[in-house]
Amino acid sequence: MNGPSKLLETEDNWTTKMGAWFAGERVVFRGQDLHVDLKDMSWMELYVYSITGRRFTENQLKVLNAIWTSTSYPEPRLWNNRVTALAGTARSTPTLALSAGMALSEATIYGHRPNVHAIDFLFRAREAIGQGAELLDLIKSELRERRVIGGYGRPLFRSDERIPHMVKLIKEMGMDKGYFTSLAFDIEKILLEGRWRFQMNITGLDAALAADMGFSVREYHLFVTPAFIAGMPPCFQDTNEKTEGTFFPLRCDRIQYEGLKQRNWK
Amino acid sequence: MSSDKEVIRTRIWEETPEQDNPFAALACYCSGYDVYGEILGNASWFEYLYLLFKQQRPTPEQVSLLETLAVALANPGPRDHSVRAAMNAGVGGSTHAASLIAALAIGAGQNGGAHEVAICMEYWQKCGQDLDEWKNILLNQPEINIDIWCPMEHPPGFDPHGSSCSQPVRQTLTKLAQLSTGVALPWLETNRIELEAVSKTPLAFTGVAAAALIDVGFDPKQGEMLFLLLRLPGAAAHALEQEELGWRNYPFFGDGLTLENDPGPKTIRQDEKTAGAK
Repeated sequence: MNGPSKLLETEDNWTTKMGAWFAGERVVFRGQDLHVDLKDMSWMELYVYSITGRRFTENQLKVLNAIWTSTSYPEPRLWNNRVTALAGTARSTPTLALSAGMALSEATIYGHRPNVHAIDFLFRAREAIGQGAELLDLIKSELRERRVIGGYGRPLFRSDERIPHMVKLIKEMGMDKGYFTSLAFDIEKILLEGRWRFQMNITGLDAALAADMGFSVREYHLFVTPAFIAGMPPCFQDTNEKTEGTFFPLRCDRIQYEGLKQRNWK
Repeated sequence: MSSDKEVIRTRIWEETPEQDNPFAALACYCSGYDVYGEILGNASWFEYLYLLFKQQRPTPEQVSLLETLAVALANPGPRDHSVRAAMNAGVGGSTHAASLIAALAIGAGQNGGAHEVAICMEYWQKCGQDLDEWKNILLNQPEINIDIWCPMEHPPGFDPHGSSCSQPVRQTLTKLAQLSTGVALPWLETNRIELEAVSKTPLAFTGVAAAALIDVGFDPKQGEMLFLLLRLPGAAAHALEQEELGWRNYPFFGDGLTLENDPGPKTIRQDEKTAGAK
């Protein structure tokens, strides 16, 4: 048995390089003074610094910012946004609304599970290609084992309206030729030419861009966590300002019961 | 209802509308039973809980096992990560929902939390009562694809920091094994010491809960949900208590943090400190 030796070591003893608050005096943030060294950072710059401990170029920050802005839709029918809209119509609070919306964003058919899978596939592909594998074989093997490739295909529609705008931006920023970005487009080419007909969605392109900027899988997961959030406040405000309870109300017979027939408990 | 309206499909719930309002229910049925006309007053909370998850009535033995498990799980105590999370909401005066959201988010994890229970239940489904299978899976946990969840860092159902199986865990296992009409709990009680020797860690509440949830008849997803749900009472009670006591009476670990890379204070000129200075 290991026993509690690790707990005894850390009891009232947390050693860190991440940061600390010196009350009434200053804040150290990954070895830098927040109010002095980092005072000119934009919120995005600080956020990616908080995750990676690294500073990014102006062009990289523009692309990182675009990853967030391009995926923040004030569309109250999308599932995570719908929760914030329901919070508004149910007269809950803004923080609870956005927390719940963000919690949902770690989803399987959209959001952060595909984000994580997309960047992971790119890293695994690079490793396999480095060992001499063919990209087509990798794609076939991935589809055979997992049925999907993170970043390709889309649940509601085939094409992704965000891609051309992001491509335009990364060309302007000179960030369209990175190893992973090129790889992502090579994968799409194979998937479109083959019988699969999968187009790349923004998840695939964003993951490639982040990989080219040096994000690890876990860093990227943290980076995308608030990616949808700017679309949520309008969903909350809209339903919160209108008559309570009126956001897509459901009458009783909108429940389609498919269970056992009515019966007696006793 | 017109046929082009989208509907919520369910095997759990049926409603008939009031005559004067299609948005108000006249009667609600859970798996065919009239909830407010018949279940109310006749069914226990745990009979109803089982009905909701399984769409069938439990046996008295299943109810007894589920209710006893619920008592065992209701309060992990104020040292537990999920309860600590809830109390942090309490001392700061956060919303009561935030207390429970915090308890759920932290209690969802893989170190003493609900996802560990779900993984352990998957192991039960794979290994059953085959000791060799268990030894193999505890020593060679299946590799998982990179996901939002990280790989387990210890054998699921066991305490990575334990010296020996704690008395509350043993007492819970013994009581639940007595009540169970299934096979997992009695088998776990019989083989606990051998499993602990293999995993080099003592059995934890998560391991007992997983076996109990298997014996009641739940699958890993249902078990994960129920483990989250059944641990909320203690989180709520402790959060309310700490809200009353306030932050001054709650540990801040004031001397507990050591910063390894402190750059030290930076000087700001006096004139820069003063608002409105020219």
